Amino acid sequence: MPKLYTGAEIVFKCLEDQKVEHIFGYPGGAVLPIYDELKNHTSIKHILVRHEQGAGHAAEGYARSSGKPGVVLVTSGPGATNVVTALTDAYMDSVPLVCISGQVPTHLIGTDAFQECDTTGITRPCTKHNWLVKDINDLSEIMHEAFKVATTGRPGPVLVDIPKDIQFAKTKYKKPKKEKKLNGKSKNEFSQKQIDQLIDLLKNAKKPVIYSGGGVINSGPKASDALREFVELTGFPITSTLQGLGAYPGDDNQFLGMLGMHGTYEANNAMHDCDLLINIGARFDDRITGKIDEFSPNSKKVHIDIDPSSINKIIKVDLAIVGDVAKVIGKVNKTILKKKNGHNKSNKSNIAKWWEQIQKWREKDSLNFINSNNSIKPQHAVQRLYELTKDKDTYVTTEVGQHQMWAAQHYKFNKPNRWMTSGGLGTMGYGLPAAVGVQIAHPEKLVVDIAGEASVLMTMQEMSTAVQYNLPIKIFILNNQYMGMVRQWQELLHEKNYSESYSEALPDFLKMAEAYGCKGIKAENPSELDYKIQEMIDYNGPVIFDCHVDPNENCFPMIPSGKPHNQMILGPNDQEENKIKGKGKALV
Amino acid sequence: MPKSKSAYSIPTKKEKSDTYIFVVWVDNEAGVLARVVGLFSGRGYNIESLAVAEVDAVKNISRITIVTTGTPQVIDQIKRQLTKLVPVHKVAEFKREDKNVIFKEMALFKITGKKKKMDKCLNVCKKFDLVILDETKTSKVIQITALRREIDKISKKLKPWGLVSASRTGAVAMTRGAKIFN
Repeated sequence: MPKLYTGAEIVFKCLEDQKVEHIFGYPGGAVLPIYDELKNHTSIKHILVRHEQGAGHAAEGYARSSGKPGVVLVTSGPGATNVVTALTDAYMDSVPLVCISGQVPTHLIGTDAFQECDTTGITRPCTKHNWLVKDINDLSEIMHEAFKVATTGRPGPVLVDIPKDIQFAKTKYKKPKKEKKLNGKSKNEFSQKQIDQLIDLLKNAKKPVIYSGGGVINSGPKASDALREFVELTGFPITSTLQGLGAYPGDDNQFLGMLGMHGTYEANNAMHDCDLLINIGARFDDRITGKIDEFSPNSKKVHIDIDPSSINKIIKVDLAIVGDVAKVIGKVNKTILKKKNGHNKSNKSNIAKWWEQIQKWREKDSLNFINSNNSIKPQHAVQRLYELTKDKDTYVTTEVGQHQMWAAQHYKFNKPNRWMTSGGLGTMGYGLPAAVGVQIAHPEKLVVDIAGEASVLMTMQEMSTAVQYNLPIKIFILNNQYMGMVRQWQELLHEKNYSESYSEALPDFLKMAEAYGCKGIKAENPSELDYKIQEMIDYNGPVIFDCHVDPNENCFPMIPSGKPHNQMILGPNDQEENKIKGKGKALV
Repeated sequence: MPKSKSAYSIPTKKEKSDTYIFVVWVDNEAGVLARVVGLFSGRGYNIESLAVAEVDAVKNISRITIVTTGTPQVIDQIKRQLTKLVPVHKVAEFKREDKNVIFKEMALFKITGKKKKMDKCLNVCKKFDLVILDETKTSKVIQITALRREIDKISKKLKPWGLVSASRTGAVAMTRGAKIFN
């Protein structure tokens, strides 16, 4: 007779078979049987967080930096509701998470029992799929399917809700089935004909631009390699979304910088004026497109995406190729190389004029800012951080706001999976717990959370986690005492009515660091910035770095409300020029 | 929409909306209807009617028929989003005007009053497969099957003649001829 296992044992057997090494969680009444079983499974390490949202974001950071699914374990009721923000965040940014939640015993479901909530009901819109396990005999299959759903196709979060009596019940364990078909949920059905169509478009383009996104990162390191080869073969300019940074080297000459609301002048103008737009693994998000009616009006549009529902959702495209980026671009590269043998006439000469135009846009130097000797400019701080960490294979996470955009603009990423930021949901408080997860996945690497003082206070409690596991994460706070992005919008669009965007009574971050048992560093002066950053890097342990920056700095360039790509507000230098011409006011 | 200066995205001109019928094959499991309906409400799609029941007890498959309105782009999105749901096996969609598809809805009417008026009602309903399910001296319960808009029309007509209660199923659909949905 085969051995019978309890539900809790089965959970761990599944995790072992799925090669899970770390889980992020917080115990509670309805998951105690699972926590009780933890001690018997030494290959799995549990990271105790301080709040379930932190567990979710840590698992996200873990997943995005390692390419493996992140696993979260929480209790019923408040445990589950606390993790909802992180699940939604992962859903928006396509991060594979498997969340296991405890539930009240089956016979109590629906009775408003202590710490009961309709977890599957609450998480239905923010997961790819979820399951309430009502029969112990379904548990192994559901657990394996959960991993499959989370990691295949467009990745995303899933949740398995396990009532306490199911965790105690006994049954046989079933191993994962090999290559179970998920009724066509993960599609890879592009044809050579589509590839040939794309090649034709490439050949005839005079003003092409490649717009790559997080799909390239999700598709794995091979996709980034393929993308680099593709850009080299075609000689086309490439821009990237926030999530796609690192897929193509940020310091390469063919890279135009990030596009969109706070993208560079050259990237956005190239998007607007191009005659061929190749979207690789991005989703035409509203922060990218600006005004839809005037989005890239004269271009043929190509969209390569693994998710069929991304096609034609916002922007109608002329050629859609549904498939995994690595496979599609790999095939495209092969085809280009094959055809080149026939007629070795590359179209690089076709696009020489286009590059001249781009060069002119570049000369605007749209990321410029007026540096100061008296106060630290936040852009300068990010640039110095980049210069001092670029040789170290650094992993960077961020919170949400101005500092996030400055990090995206001024920190140049050269490898995929090095940049973890909350793009879709825009979750303040993402960066610190994400850094915890990244550091768990890469214990030897330098992990920096470029943070704002308002965001970081939302999940500051996770410093305690970092100290407990001796994770040497560096929290680099650009402290301007404002919710900077809110203040910026109020300044530009709401007549400087700074309603509730100033944080009075901020904590003393040095004392806070001391209280948590980590190192605190404060920089107030540009002259001390470099050596203090170096001190932070050299310190072997978690650091809270309180970098006091100019509170009035705004994040430019910026596409203002309801405007297309070619009507950007540029930085202070340019505004000064415009003011002389009497046009300055029109920008606001 | 109020004119806000900080509105980043401003709604653009809309295409014409049309009525479509979606047929969705799903695993008959707990919560599946909530997933489908939640997709519609969550993404702001409209549901005009909905009919659902198990059609294959062995394979455990239910068939959901949803009548909705939307621009071609929205309809295309609905289809792609539905197809992504894990318990969904296949999705078919038809324009209401599609001649190759039969759409039917069943209605139960309760009519009360004098015989003369009730007869008038029966007369109107005659050509819609009228079945009398129950009758007393002062009431009748009748069943008809027809198109949605025909039932709309009839129920409006019967109101003054003693229609006191109406119950409708929502449309179900099937293709004509030997072909099946694919």
